Amino acid sequence: MLDVNVIRKEFPIFQRETKPGTRLVYLDSTATSQKPLAVIEAMNSYYHHSNANIHRGVHTLAEEATALYEQARVKIARFINAPSAHQIIYTRNTTESINLVAYSWGRANLRPGDLVILTEMEHHSNLVPWQILQAERGIELDFIPVTDDGLLDLDAYTRLLSRGPKLVSFTHMSNVLGTINPAAAIIRLAHEAGAVTLVDAAQSVPHLKVDVQALDADFLAFSAHKMCGPTGIGALYGKMELLEAMPPFLGGGDMIKEVKLRSFRANTLPYKFEAGTPAIAESVGFGAAVDYLVSLGMDAIAAHEHEITEYALERLEEVPGVKLFGPSAQNKGGVAAFTLDGVHPHDVAQILDQDGIAIRAGHHCAQPLHERFGLPATSRASFYLYNTKEEVDLLVNGIYKVKELFG
Amino acid sequence: MDDLYREVIIEHYKNPGYRGHLDPHDIQFEDNNPLCGDHIEITLRTDEQGNVADARFDGHGCAISQASADLLMESIIGKPIEEVKKLSKQDVLDMLGIDLGPVRLKCALLSLKVLKAGVYGLGEASDSLVE
Repeated sequence: MLDVNVIRKEFPIFQRETKPGTRLVYLDSTATSQKPLAVIEAMNSYYHHSNANIHRGVHTLAEEATALYEQARVKIARFINAPSAHQIIYTRNTTESINLVAYSWGRANLRPGDLVILTEMEHHSNLVPWQILQAERGIELDFIPVTDDGLLDLDAYTRLLSRGPKLVSFTHMSNVLGTINPAAAIIRLAHEAGAVTLVDAAQSVPHLKVDVQALDADFLAFSAHKMCGPTGIGALYGKMELLEAMPPFLGGGDMIKEVKLRSFRANTLPYKFEAGTPAIAESVGFGAAVDYLVSLGMDAIAAHEHEITEYALERLEEVPGVKLFGPSAQNKGGVAAFTLDGVHPHDVAQILDQDGIAIRAGHHCAQPLHERFGLPATSRASFYLYNTKEEVDLLVNGIYKVKELFG
Repeated sequence: MDDLYREVIIEHYKNPGYRGHLDPHDIQFEDNNPLCGDHIEITLRTDEQGNVADARFDGHGCAISQASADLLMESIIGKPIEEVKKLSKQDVLDMLGIDLGPVRLKCALLSLKVLKAGVYGLGEASDSLVE
């Protein structure tokens, strides 16, 4: 089990009060996680001691910076059990990772009329890149429906697969419903139908043990900032033969072997996809975040979150007027999206903020999913390794306060 | 806390006096706040002297957006359209009697934006109308 009291002391931000006389109750880790001192210090130390551009110099600092950048890549590769660090491409975030696949693999492999299967519970980052390709290339999009319980309708998925899709791109864990989708089964079925798969793992990699080889994922995308790391860096994992065959994404320095006035030869993996000076300090922070999560143990993190989530759902269900969305705790990560009768989610969030409780209100970049449930917006509390049951109690007390105010 | 949620705001949110849709009407306009999905529609009737004879709002959103719409409708009935065109951000904030951060300001000003786009007969509501 996690010792949350010790963990909380490792996050400097928990020492501050956002409102005088309150403690910070941070329940918005689905948007971005807080950062432990180990991550902040690793980035700080990089700028104090090792800052230089990578892959370009022979001087000591350049070599050190390059080594740190590449060591972090190895840590990230091991963390998701990638066969090789060359299969980890640094990007800005999950969104850019998905766009990389759409831009490079999609433009090289998708033809007019080709079918791409998505789901109704996708974040905008796994909808819009494919909509852009739809407009540009005339590909077809179809969607695995979401049941009233917030699960994917797998019978409908099987029917969609009979239409011979080229790609199935889906979220491993919904950022609104919290649903943990059966990724291995979805991928196996897709492969049987001859489709390539892309997993949006922005919400799963920070919270669950993710093994790309066990999943047999073709592509898998995630961000550092949701897993205790810095903003501005993420990763794309891909199977070697797919990445090798793909044309470059962005053009510029570092992604080339040789440049002439009218032509270039692309670099080998992963540099082929890493044009320009990357987020070097952030890669160091990303590596430190992986070290931090590994030191706690992903199984312990998942067990802790499960316990908090179960408790939160139980407490929230007791509040008259609260309606929860998504599956039961069994199939769910640390997310509780809810509405409160007669009060708009923005008002709920704003009133909670007065007591230092940070939740998110809105459509959480999943407008089609909200439309599916006939809602313009929901309130969302989300939990991570540093949250406690006491914080769930403060949330519930806060909601009672909102009810009182709106009487 | 609850400066933001003064009684007047909660009251106008829960029991709006001017929620509805006028049919027929002389002026109609609607728009969303894309950030949070708040929606406001405004319908107005004008008289021969160019005054607002009646006004209603409809839509959904947070207490700030809906209360400010109700207060705004109440305030313009009987006023010349020319005067309505001159309403500013400060007029709405004075009605609400609160200070708002940049995010909630958009909620508070949605109804004014829609109203001004309507009375100016514009095709599209722009933030510059309420600056």
